[in-house]
Amino acid sequence: MPYQVVIGLEVHAELQTRSKMFCACAVVDPTQAAPNTAVCPICLGMPGVLPVVNQAAVELALRVALALDCQVAASSLFARKNYFYPDLPKGYQISQYEQPLAVNGRLPILTSQGERIVRIRRVHLEEDTGKLTHIQRGAESYSLVDLNRAGIPLLEEVSEPDLRSVEDARTYAEGLRALLRRVGASSGDMEKGAIRFEANVSLRPAGSDELGTRVEIKNLNSFRAMESAIRDQVARQSATLDAGGQVQQETLGWDDLNNTTFSQRSKEEAHDYRYFPEPDLPPLAVDDVWQARVRAALPELPHAQLQRFMTQYDLPETDARLLTEDAATAAYFDHLAAPQHGIAPRAAANWLLGEVFAWLNQTGGGMGSLPLTPAGLAELVRLQEDGTVNLPTAKRVLASMLESGRGAGEIIAQEGLSQVSDGELIAGLVHQVLDEHSHELAAYLSGKDTLVNWFFGQVMRLAGGKANPAVVRQELERQLHSKKA
Amino acid sequence: MSLTLAEVEHIAALARLELTPEEKERFRAQLSAILDYADRLQAVETSDIPPTSSVLPPHSALRPDEPRPGLSLGEALTNAPLTEDDQFRVPPVLE
Repeated sequence: MPYQVVIGLEVHAELQTRSKMFCACAVVDPTQAAPNTAVCPICLGMPGVLPVVNQAAVELALRVALALDCQVAASSLFARKNYFYPDLPKGYQISQYEQPLAVNGRLPILTSQGERIVRIRRVHLEEDTGKLTHIQRGAESYSLVDLNRAGIPLLEEVSEPDLRSVEDARTYAEGLRALLRRVGASSGDMEKGAIRFEANVSLRPAGSDELGTRVEIKNLNSFRAMESAIRDQVARQSATLDAGGQVQQETLGWDDLNNTTFSQRSKEEAHDYRYFPEPDLPPLAVDDVWQARVRAALPELPHAQLQRFMTQYDLPETDARLLTEDAATAAYFDHLAAPQHGIAPRAAANWLLGEVFAWLNQTGGGMGSLPLTPAGLAELVRLQEDGTVNLPTAKRVLASMLESGRGAGEIIAQEGLSQVSDGELIAGLVHQVLDEHSHELAAYLSGKDTLVNWFFGQVMRLAGGKANPAVVRQELERQLHSKKA
Repeated sequence: MSLTLAEVEHIAALARLELTPEEKERFRAQLSAILDYADRLQAVETSDIPPTSSVLPPHSALRPDEPRPGLSLGEALTNAPLTEDDQFRVPPVLE
């Protein structure tokens, strides 16, 4: 039976603040810091302490909420989510429940099916939990707890079940991550666990409007894990339904190593959270002035920028995506392709995504480390486009520019790299090559057509790489043709 | 409002408490009495009163985002019954 997949995603993103959500402990890189060195009585859950909300966390959360077109509550409430688990020593997590910071947002995404709007149910603030390491030593089994991460501000974005495929889920998750990074709310660094996902997956008969029983999968720490987990669920649930069975509503964990889900029953039994309003915190007030200020300062958002790059510069979606992945690259491209530089946007994109990205990958730096202004790169692209240098030479010039910081024109003039397009000169070179390789010429004439490329290579070599390849090829074909006759 | 024994057992499990049969019965009676007391609120006429989610006025008592030193590692771990590798050591939590 054909089924429709219905997916909702919860995305948890650590906010990029300097201090924690409810205490002044420093936010440290969890992969670098020594355990339990950024903790205090508040995040250790000691008696008699009081949480105080971090202003910057609210500011960043507002940016995300407004970028997602949410309605922001003038007054939102913090709540205690009660559960006993050693990742939070208080015995509860401070979260938001009944009155979240923001509701009813939307994120447009561009999939192979066209533009889609994914509705955002809510955006709320909470605190991250500590890190547990499970130790098995012989028969002995225990856990170690590092609370550096406990209390780092966390923003949760909950989508409506509007996603209909693995591709939708991935595109939405990537789009949300791009937005979080663009507004400066989160590093988006998946390797360091700055973003995690939970997926709700259900199936229903194709054409039906009712929602099927959903399974919740937690512990998804990468796009790959999220995709695998959804595929796994779709396979399991359709097998169950095909066999006439019923899907059980349950919460599963994702085991990244074995690519499979595991039951979280023991944790699930504790999912009777007994939420109640946090008595230690007053309702959080966000007035219109604050909202208006944050809204006015929002940068161009990734989705809008993607569409602009595709229309304004007539770029294919894949190129536009790569160019708008981070703000620095997008800004660089806007300068590079500016009309005053007089270069074709597609050529500009090819250079930036090809040679320049390759160089950045090699050096391991970001756009900020590029020792080349958009105007400098534009000059080179122009000199290649107008035929002053051929493509291989232009690539060599770029390498030299990146190494020395000199301009393209200067390098070409000083090193005599201008392309030779002089027909007579090139005819002489072709003649010389054919003359000196009578053996290969004979082979060619007796039918070994592929040798034409070899001859081409020889001519280019003789010209020191500076010959105009189109002129060379034309001349070569002309002379070979006349030999055949 | 009277709690069942099963409800008491569920609450005890959530609180990670192991209760004897006598304790279960005693707490069932005590917790039921507390609920009865709170239940008296139901008698108040509230149809004309807007829902109140907090008795505190909403405001922005916010803290500037400035890190300050917390506890030293030694102070942080000092009350822990068991530690290992500068971490709190606890019974296994994932089966």
